[in-house]
Amino acid sequence: MRTVRVVVNLNGKVHARTGALLSLLFMGLGQIYNRQFVKGILYALLELYVLIFWTKPFLEAMHGLITLGETPQQRNARGAIVVQGDHSIILMITGIIFFLLLVIFLAVYAINVRDAWKVGKGRDEGRKPRNFAQSVAHAWEQGFAYILLTPAFVFVLFTIVLPLIFGILIAFTNYSGPNHLPPKNLVDWVGFETFTSLIRFRAWSNTFVGVLIWTIVWATLATFTTYFVGLFYALLLNHRAVKFKKFWRTLFILPWAVPGIISLLIFRNLFNGEFGPINQYLKLMGLAPIPWFSDPFWAKFAIVMVNLWFGFPYWMALMSGVLTNIDRELYEAAEIDGANGFQRFRSITLPLILFSTSPLLIMSFAHNFNNFNMIYLFTSGGPANPSYSYAGSTDILISWIYKLTLEQNKFNMASVVSIFIFIVVASFSIWNFRRTRAFKEEDMIQ
Amino acid sequence: MQAGSRPGDRLAAIVIYLILILTAIVVIYPLYWVVLGALNPGSSLFRTSILPTGLTLDHFRELFTETDYLLWYRNTLFVAVMNMILSTVLVVTAAYAFSQFRFPGRRQTLMAMLVLQIFPSFMGMIAIYILLLQLNLLDNLWGLILVYAGGSIPYGAWLVKGYFDAQPRSLVEAAKIDGASNFTIFRKVMMPLSVPILTFVAVNNFIGPWMDFIFARLVLRSSSKYTLAIGLFNMVTGRSNTDFTKFAAGALLVAIPVTLLFLLLQKYIIEGLKAGANKG
Repeated sequence: MRTVRVVVNLNGKVHARTGALLSLLFMGLGQIYNRQFVKGILYALLELYVLIFWTKPFLEAMHGLITLGETPQQRNARGAIVVQGDHSIILMITGIIFFLLLVIFLAVYAINVRDAWKVGKGRDEGRKPRNFAQSVAHAWEQGFAYILLTPAFVFVLFTIVLPLIFGILIAFTNYSGPNHLPPKNLVDWVGFETFTSLIRFRAWSNTFVGVLIWTIVWATLATFTTYFVGLFYALLLNHRAVKFKKFWRTLFILPWAVPGIISLLIFRNLFNGEFGPINQYLKLMGLAPIPWFSDPFWAKFAIVMVNLWFGFPYWMALMSGVLTNIDRELYEAAEIDGANGFQRFRSITLPLILFSTSPLLIMSFAHNFNNFNMIYLFTSGGPANPSYSYAGSTDILISWIYKLTLEQNKFNMASVVSIFIFIVVASFSIWNFRRTRAFKEEDMIQ
Repeated sequence: MQAGSRPGDRLAAIVIYLILILTAIVVIYPLYWVVLGALNPGSSLFRTSILPTGLTLDHFRELFTETDYLLWYRNTLFVAVMNMILSTVLVVTAAYAFSQFRFPGRRQTLMAMLVLQIFPSFMGMIAIYILLLQLNLLDNLWGLILVYAGGSIPYGAWLVKGYFDAQPRSLVEAAKIDGASNFTIFRKVMMPLSVPILTFVAVNNFIGPWMDFIFARLVLRSSSKYTLAIGLFNMVTGRSNTDFTKFAAGALLVAIPVTLLFLLLQKYIIEGLKAGANKG
């Protein structure tokens, strides 16, 4: 027993090292060295297949990604297309796809090296490598997680990762109407030009600053009004004088339960300046109608009010839950100590509610910051603002991006602004996340 | 202590009920107004009478005959059901893998999912548009379903993973000792324990397509392919205001089932939201 261990120690990790090196040199070599012939040959065939059939397309795709096309479309005198030309955007997406495929291939390569190392190490320690049938059985058991993950992985790769990389790269191109729209024209890399023009050109910087300020004001107002009104109703419904609590709670949850898109469109009609009931009632009462959608101030006021209607039930429901879970003994103890109703509220109820709901406050702010539906479906960003580029007075950043993209084809500028939004939202999320310490969960440390 | 036993209490009760009733009016009015618009004869946005002057189903008839409403409804239902099935399967399988297995790359993938969750989904809009165009999935309901399902994974996987993590490990260990396969453990042990969170994920993904405007508008181009969100939006933002009563009828037919679903599953939804918040 003792001698065996000495031999192992002397030889160190010869098989492990050799196997890994060979597999690094060419896929499967290490496995063959470890006498796992079928597995080794399969790995080698995979690398051969990739090298033979995919090298040229890969290099072409990378060339396309770097140049974004070299042949512009040509038309003859009558406007008919003579040369189809390169489509920069398709070249770019193809380039990204090939790049992602390369990453996946490299991951498989890494697994191959790791496998050769592990089997080699097993041999160093005197274990016999598995035969092919055993390997397959082992892979099925150990690889179950990968099998489960594959569908989700493919989906995430193509519907989130790829579009995101593309969305970010666009910021560094001149992809915008009317002069750089494929397939008619080529798109080029321009570095940080779009970023600087957002700051340098007054038309852009004015809009950006104006919209940004309103976005922040809006998100703050929307979050705090709903939070405190929700708190108010949760406390009110908790009052002992209120009978049929469940009935009232269900009634007040209705605005949250009705599909938001429907109620927003209803409100769009209710606030209609000419025909809407609200202004008609004002007229009946002998008051002047309010220009809800044509005056910036009133439009903003209406947005915040309508959002309050939508938002308070969410907080009310959450806080009601907290209230019913507070231990009654706390109050009884406080009463014995001579605390009056207000003192009991201030030192028991309020801290407990704030403590359990404040993490949600941050997420709610982030949600409102990007609450596209609220703005676009209710006011569509209006009324028009002549000093803005492609934005109305009530547009927030995200609805401005939407207009820049789908209505104005200013893709590069939209991308720059969305990178900015990402930075803002990401900092909120990271801050929130660090605070909740989910990362210190023991299972995150392998 | 009985309410109203002291003069102060009685006053408080009066004030509270006054507030409750006023709030109830504010909450109910917009909804009542749509019911009224849908069922009352005539087609104007405003009427002086608060009570209906008659009862008619004309607006529903117009809605069904003059617009593609029934088609939109079918499209939305199709997208919602398919998205619910596909998303739930994708989310649950991924979450199960993350929660029950320790494999190389796990930590990195979880981190990546977390970061991806932060990106606003619209950042990828243009690329999604071009990808779907290339795959011939533009103006196709399946294109929309794929986009929704992909988008639901990062948040959902984290949420459900957290829930799985919180389940007692002893049950899984016991099943393993009894020789149960991975699949059996998943189906017989984990699934029954996870009904609340699975309900939340399923309902969320079912309701999502009824509410989404951005992606539906991006992917669907022709009226016969619209979902309800786009169809109803176009009805209201069109030039004429005579469409309002049709819109009201259409809104009612969407709002009633979705609202009932929400109220029925309230408990799960609130629990799910809380769980999501705690996990970041």
